[in-house]
Amino acid sequence: MISEYGIVLLYFILGAVFVGIAMVAAMLIRPSHPNPIKNSTYECGEIPIGEPWIRFNVRFYVIALVFLLFDVEVVFLLPWALVFKQLGWFAFIEMILFVVILMAGFIYVWRKGDLDWEKPKPYIAKLEDLVVGKKKTNQ
Amino acid sequence: MESTNFVWDLMGRNLGGVLIVISLPLFFVLLYALIAILAELKISAWIQERLGPMRTGPWGILQPVAEVIKLLQKEDITPDQSSKLLYNLAPFIIFTGAYAAFAVIPFSEAFVPADINLGLFYVFAIGSISAMGIVMGGWASNNKYSLMGAMRSVSQLISYEIPAAMAILSVVVLASSMNMQEISRAQGGGFWNWYIFGGPGTWTKIWVVPFTFGLTIIYFIASLAETNRVPFDIPEGESELVAGFHTEYSGMKFAMFFFAEYANMFVVAAVLTTIFLGGWNSPFGDFMQGPWWGSFWFILKSFVVVLFQIWIRWTLPRFRVDQLMYVGWKVLLPLSFVCFMAISLFVMLK
Repeated sequence: MISEYGIVLLYFILGAVFVGIAMVAAMLIRPSHPNPIKNSTYECGEIPIGEPWIRFNVRFYVIALVFLLFDVEVVFLLPWALVFKQLGWFAFIEMILFVVILMAGFIYVWRKGDLDWEKPKPYIAKLEDLVVGKKKTNQ
Repeated sequence: MESTNFVWDLMGRNLGGVLIVISLPLFFVLLYALIAILAELKISAWIQERLGPMRTGPWGILQPVAEVIKLLQKEDITPDQSSKLLYNLAPFIIFTGAYAAFAVIPFSEAFVPADINLGLFYVFAIGSISAMGIVMGGWASNNKYSLMGAMRSVSQLISYEIPAAMAILSVVVLASSMNMQEISRAQGGGFWNWYIFGGPGTWTKIWVVPFTFGLTIIYFIASLAETNRVPFDIPEGESELVAGFHTEYSGMKFAMFFFAEYANMFVVAAVLTTIFLGGWNSPFGDFMQGPWWGSFWFILKSFVVVLFQIWIRWTLPRFRVDQLMYVGWKVLLPLSFVCFMAISLFVMLK
């Protein structure tokens, strides 16, 4: 007798086994002639320049932090959503307070501009730019 | 508890029955992936006024089979610079994550592989595993494009997970259950009882319909972003990142990424069908209702959603990163919260 969660676990196992079988089948059929050029990092045929560990925009980090707050909030709301009808208006108003506090934080992040990605600003050339010796200014 | 699985009734809960239950969706996924790949090729061709594949088999219907055979015999290249263990592990993670979600998909009133009470929550949690596979693949490839694609993919996925979660939460509020089978059962009796139209109720539910309808669209948009489909395909944007996180993958490992993408498309379509479009219920009340018709309706509705995804892919251009973040955080997120509050108020007043 296997429980319902046991079947869920078997799904994970079967998924991995299926990939394993596909890999082994491919391994038996496919050719293998590696050489250093083929195995080098692919950059459209050029020899790779520099390290791949490049610096990232800090906004990825901010987005992850904000997401974490909302995700925790969803985790709190899920059990509430199941039973709030029985708990009545008290639980409903509690939840509204909770969401309002969260939204205050969200509005703060919004106003601070942390949700804005840098937009590419096109530089429009002006007549003065053509004058030799004049410094280019980009307001 | 009544049985929600015809295999248990037929064979009992023994080894044979369990094997059938866990492998039935696998055959379905394999078949579905072949059909979806062909549909993608043919629909893209029609949209661009081409014929599409015509040479493999009559009307090109064997093209997906030919592609699988081709990928099977392609040489597998593991870059010298890559981190071997993670590089090889990523296809396992990504496909296992996609397939595990099938464990709770209610295909029919008589077939749901695992009838667990946390069904919807489980699907929501499992959805994040594919992101882990993407990061793992992108990071381990040790390639600039892969890493950029992986980072973008994760930031996109977490941005759109909140609106999707709010849509799911609203349905939990309406149905007071996270069991996929109970949610489907609650929507029986005709299309006006589906949660897209506010769920079962009297005419007083009319003012909540705009919110549930809006959430359906929000969930659909968020699901496009979670499966990295156009217009949210900046993680693999061909014109700037070669192929994004799977640039370095070839042969069968690439096939697994590809396959997982199609499996994920079906999973999000199936969840959308279950929570908003009535699951396996017939649109016409008791007409054409039953276990077999149920699976017919479920698969039909999910395929229509998948066709919408394909249609959108070949119609819209790609978003820029800033536009993507704008839509996710400043449009969909506040809207989904408003809809969620309105729906909880509706349930409270009912």
